[in-house]
Amino acid sequence: MFKKILIANRGEIACRVIKTARKMGIATVAVYSDADRDALHVQMADEAVHIGPPPANQSYIVIDKIMDAIKQTGAEAVHPGYGFLSERAEFAEALSAAGVAFIGPPVGAIEAMGDKITSKKLAAEAGVSTVPGYMGLIDDADHAAEIAAQVGYPVMIKASAGGGGKGMRIAWNDDEAREGFALSKSEAANSFGDDRIFIEKFVTQPRHIEIQVLGDKHGNCIYLGERECSIQRRNQKVIEEAPSPFLDEATRKAMGEQSVALAQAVDYCSAGTVEFIVDGDRNFYFLEMNTRLQVEHPVTELITGVDLVEQMIRVAYGEHLAIKQDDVKLDGWAMESRLYAEDPFRNFLPSIGRLTRYRPPVEIERRVRNDTGVYEGGEISRFYDPMIAKLCSWGPTRADAIEEMRGALDRFEVDGIGHNLPFLSAVMDHPRFVSGNITTAFIEEEYPDGFEGAALSDADATRLFAVAAACQLVRQRRGAQVSGAMEGREFKPGADWVVQMNGDSHAVRVTDAGDWLFDVAFGDTVLKIDLTKWRPGNVMIDAVVDGVAMPLKASRITDGYKMAWRGAARKVFVRSPRVAELAALMPEKLPPDTSKLLLCPMPGLVMSIAVEEGDEVQEGQALCTVEAMKMENVLRAERKGIVSSIKAAAGDSLAVDAVIMEFE
Amino acid sequence: MRDILDQLEQRRAQARLGGGQARIDRQHKNGKLTARERLDVLLDPDSFEEYDMFVAHRAVDFGMEKQKYPGDGVITGWGTINGRQVYVFSQDFTVLGGSLSETHAQKICKIMDMAMQNGAPVIGLNDSGGARIQEGVASLAGYAEVFQRNIEASGVIPQISVIMGPCAGGAVYSPAMTDFIFMVRDSSYMFVTGPDVVKTVTNETVTAEELGGASTHTAKSSVADAAYENDVETLAEVRRLVDLLPLSNREKPPVRPSFDDANRIDDSLDTLIPDNANTPYDMKELITKLADEGDFFEIQEAYAKNILTGFIRLEGRTVGVVANQPLVLAGCLDIAASRKAARFVRFCDCFGIPLLTLVDVPGFLPGTSQEWNGVIKHGAKLLFAYGEATVPKVTVITRKAYGGAYDVMASKHIKADVNYAWPTAEIAVMGAKGAVEIIYRNELGDPDKIAERTADYEEAFANPFKAAEKGFIDEVILPHSTRRRVSRAFASLRNKKQALPWKKHDNIPL
Repeated sequence: MFKKILIANRGEIACRVIKTARKMGIATVAVYSDADRDALHVQMADEAVHIGPPPANQSYIVIDKIMDAIKQTGAEAVHPGYGFLSERAEFAEALSAAGVAFIGPPVGAIEAMGDKITSKKLAAEAGVSTVPGYMGLIDDADHAAEIAAQVGYPVMIKASAGGGGKGMRIAWNDDEAREGFALSKSEAANSFGDDRIFIEKFVTQPRHIEIQVLGDKHGNCIYLGERECSIQRRNQKVIEEAPSPFLDEATRKAMGEQSVALAQAVDYCSAGTVEFIVDGDRNFYFLEMNTRLQVEHPVTELITGVDLVEQMIRVAYGEHLAIKQDDVKLDGWAMESRLYAEDPFRNFLPSIGRLTRYRPPVEIERRVRNDTGVYEGGEISRFYDPMIAKLCSWGPTRADAIEEMRGALDRFEVDGIGHNLPFLSAVMDHPRFVSGNITTAFIEEEYPDGFEGAALSDADATRLFAVAAACQLVRQRRGAQVSGAMEGREFKPGADWVVQMNGDSHAVRVTDAGDWLFDVAFGDTVLKIDLTKWRPGNVMIDAVVDGVAMPLKASRITDGYKMAWRGAARKVFVRSPRVAELAALMPEKLPPDTSKLLLCPMPGLVMSIAVEEGDEVQEGQALCTVEAMKMENVLRAERKGIVSSIKAAAGDSLAVDAVIMEFE
Repeated sequence: MRDILDQLEQRRAQARLGGGQARIDRQHKNGKLTARERLDVLLDPDSFEEYDMFVAHRAVDFGMEKQKYPGDGVITGWGTINGRQVYVFSQDFTVLGGSLSETHAQKICKIMDMAMQNGAPVIGLNDSGGARIQEGVASLAGYAEVFQRNIEASGVIPQISVIMGPCAGGAVYSPAMTDFIFMVRDSSYMFVTGPDVVKTVTNETVTAEELGGASTHTAKSSVADAAYENDVETLAEVRRLVDLLPLSNREKPPVRPSFDDANRIDDSLDTLIPDNANTPYDMKELITKLADEGDFFEIQEAYAKNILTGFIRLEGRTVGVVANQPLVLAGCLDIAASRKAARFVRFCDCFGIPLLTLVDVPGFLPGTSQEWNGVIKHGAKLLFAYGEATVPKVTVITRKAYGGAYDVMASKHIKADVNYAWPTAEIAVMGAKGAVEIIYRNELGDPDKIAERTADYEEAFANPFKAAEKGFIDEVILPHSTRRRVSRAFASLRNKKQALPWKKHDNIPL
């Protein structure tokens, strides 16, 4: 076996690979840019090599720098992770020229699958079901309309070199086909420098389902079931699961066998993924093959018990696959939630900065797994992918896996940056998601106006109130223990409280049952609250309500808490009956009307303006950078708006309250 | 006999109604609570002991003899906050607009005298249209009687003013001399002369809110220490503040049980200081991670944001915190920051509250506006306040401690008791670049040489060890252990005794 491998990646995937390597007794080498000097993967690796400035095109994807790091450390093999150099044939070639093993497929397979048109042809030849469409060169817009009509509307017009939705159009008739062709062609030329376009059938009610394959250098290849990745936002996967709630055994087998056939057609060895689009009638069509380890591979690992990274390393070393197709048994259900540094309340605007708080839930063997590349006090940098962790859960059934995920998300504490935890929680509770009736349009259809927090049922609100009331009693009693009280006239907080939320009031009676157990009565209904795991000051209130865990996050506000649970955040006030009565008299105040101007908050020098006139900006978006006292201060939008005019330019020296820009 | 007893209840009921139901309703309609309702929120249930309920004014001019209300527009007495005694007065806007008469003032003076004698704070809830004009100079005299007591009580008992409605003209000077002023957003304002007079005299058109509302006084003038959304929230926060303060200068600051381990380690603090010395970070993160249960009661949050002041607890005991805030103006000291922090330091020293100073200061803010407005004297206020403070003083330098600002920020030389520095500290006269440009002025034409000199200077001073060699830093500590170290330092200083030479009083550069 290899003695030492280098991981040409960063973040969670680098950490993930290091874990398996360590388990196998292989020494690891990390590489890092300036921005990752203190990153987790650097701390975890046995050795680390600095490879340049933060931008990936000056560090992580510069082949020469990785080759230097290999030479410097004597690594015998390289795991590329995903992204970066993982699907770059030149990199695999450079490694092979240097006599270093590439923990991935052969160069030929990478090249063949790297091009959409070639890969589709190969797939068709290998007997893989492909989307009906036209692969040849399209002359002009009229030709495009003619082809589209033959394929049958609706059709998708796509850039051959495209990805991420760029250069992609849907046409429902000839006119749209003509127009779409022209637009896609110019967009493709601009974005990829390659204006080849192809047309294929547009699949309705599409689901994204992919097959994990694994091959060795001796012609063996197996498939390890499927993953469904339909929960996507703008082609970015958010939640994945294995198996798919949609496939039947026959479809699974057909998809698996076709995938293996394709892999074998290109002499595939290592882990790879064949992506399909599946329509409402379980017709499946080949999309592309990813010749690398997929981000969402943990869900496959959780239901098959196979460590894919270990298999990749063994295969790269030349070992025979020890697993036969018949050995592959799918056991239970696994979910993966991708934790992104994106703020769902600000239209998923990427958020960067310091993780002032980062406490993942406790990992439990085969039940809760968290693949992460960050730590509390670490920095989310603007240079890389905004994904900071992959939280996975396993259960015997899909419902169990979802339930496990809900609890794990509730116990995940992240602060300092905007993140999508509330959104993930909301999806886990969404009836349509729970039913399994999902498509790739799920997020678009269910959250057309963005995300504003999850709803809270009356029953859950009552449970939340009960926890808040019990916590408040603890705090009030402690407050009354302050020194200096008039002897014999100490304040004794009573049992009667009023919980208030959004103008609703509920009378409760809180009784201390001892040992951090409380009975909270709403009229005749009594809820038993267990606060054994909580102490004042903890953000996490891992409460148990009537025997059911209710882990919630709370921050103290005047007379109460701001509580977050299952994607819902509410201000809950707990007051004495008299104070509650008076609080009800207080006027409701609308959020203050923030000015439509961005003013310079301090005398300083404008370093850069990040937006242009006419841009729509989201709350929290960086608008400009002002340097004052030699420090760079990023000014951000206080709310959503459109920039109507910009009054300052980079290099301007501004006085305090000078207008930098105006909004409509 | 029964009748006589009942009569008392009738009289009480009448007094409790203040200016009558119609005015009470109007008060509610304006989003305000009545004077009595406010005391219900402020004080522990059933703890209020009222005095002078039946006091009535003695004016007979302008038909005043026909307008008598028992209590005369102010409710006075004492009650408890978490069992601790406080004296209170609460002006009743429903009675003659809460205007201050001779007798109204006498009621306030009575409880202030008792508070001084008995060693308990005074909390004033202000909601008054001003002087009772019908009484003329008698009303002005009443104000001055209150002022004199504010002055005498200063430094003896904590005095807290809550502005919950109008507070104009002479009335503003009583709150001005108390320790803290809280305001209610949108329903309170303070000014010496109102918008009408301003318009007549200076031709400026300004609303009452712009002239003296909560945001003006918290962010611009620094008259107010904090503002909250409504009466209930404001009074709840006053309770929270009182929990942190000693009842008088004869008592130690309060202690309450803490659920937070004094030895708690916070590894994330090891990465608080960014790699780049010009990148800011949020000092509030350090404060909340140091504090018991992450609880920080900030004073003057909206004003001079380049310095943070407020209270935390360590091991359940109150500690006053002063900290440079690198997020704003790089955390430099300027006129506003010096004044803000100096007043806070002096408050803590008056009442025996230990001081924790967190330092990351690049120096004083340069510029004509600073110099012309007297940064020399204002900066000296903070220096003076620190130097004269005899309470336990613990200092932690996290990053920059440059120039005169290093001396000012509770350095060893002005009698701080325990001075810690993080390994990231840089204690020097100025940043390396600036220093080299002065020392090696003749080499400025040679960038290589200057770079080398800069590196040398950094090597020598961009660390805490030069200062530690001289004993100016008692110990270099790891950021993650700051809470443990600081808690231990304060524990070791609990019996600190330090005397200053006798004087009538000092002459701080006002």
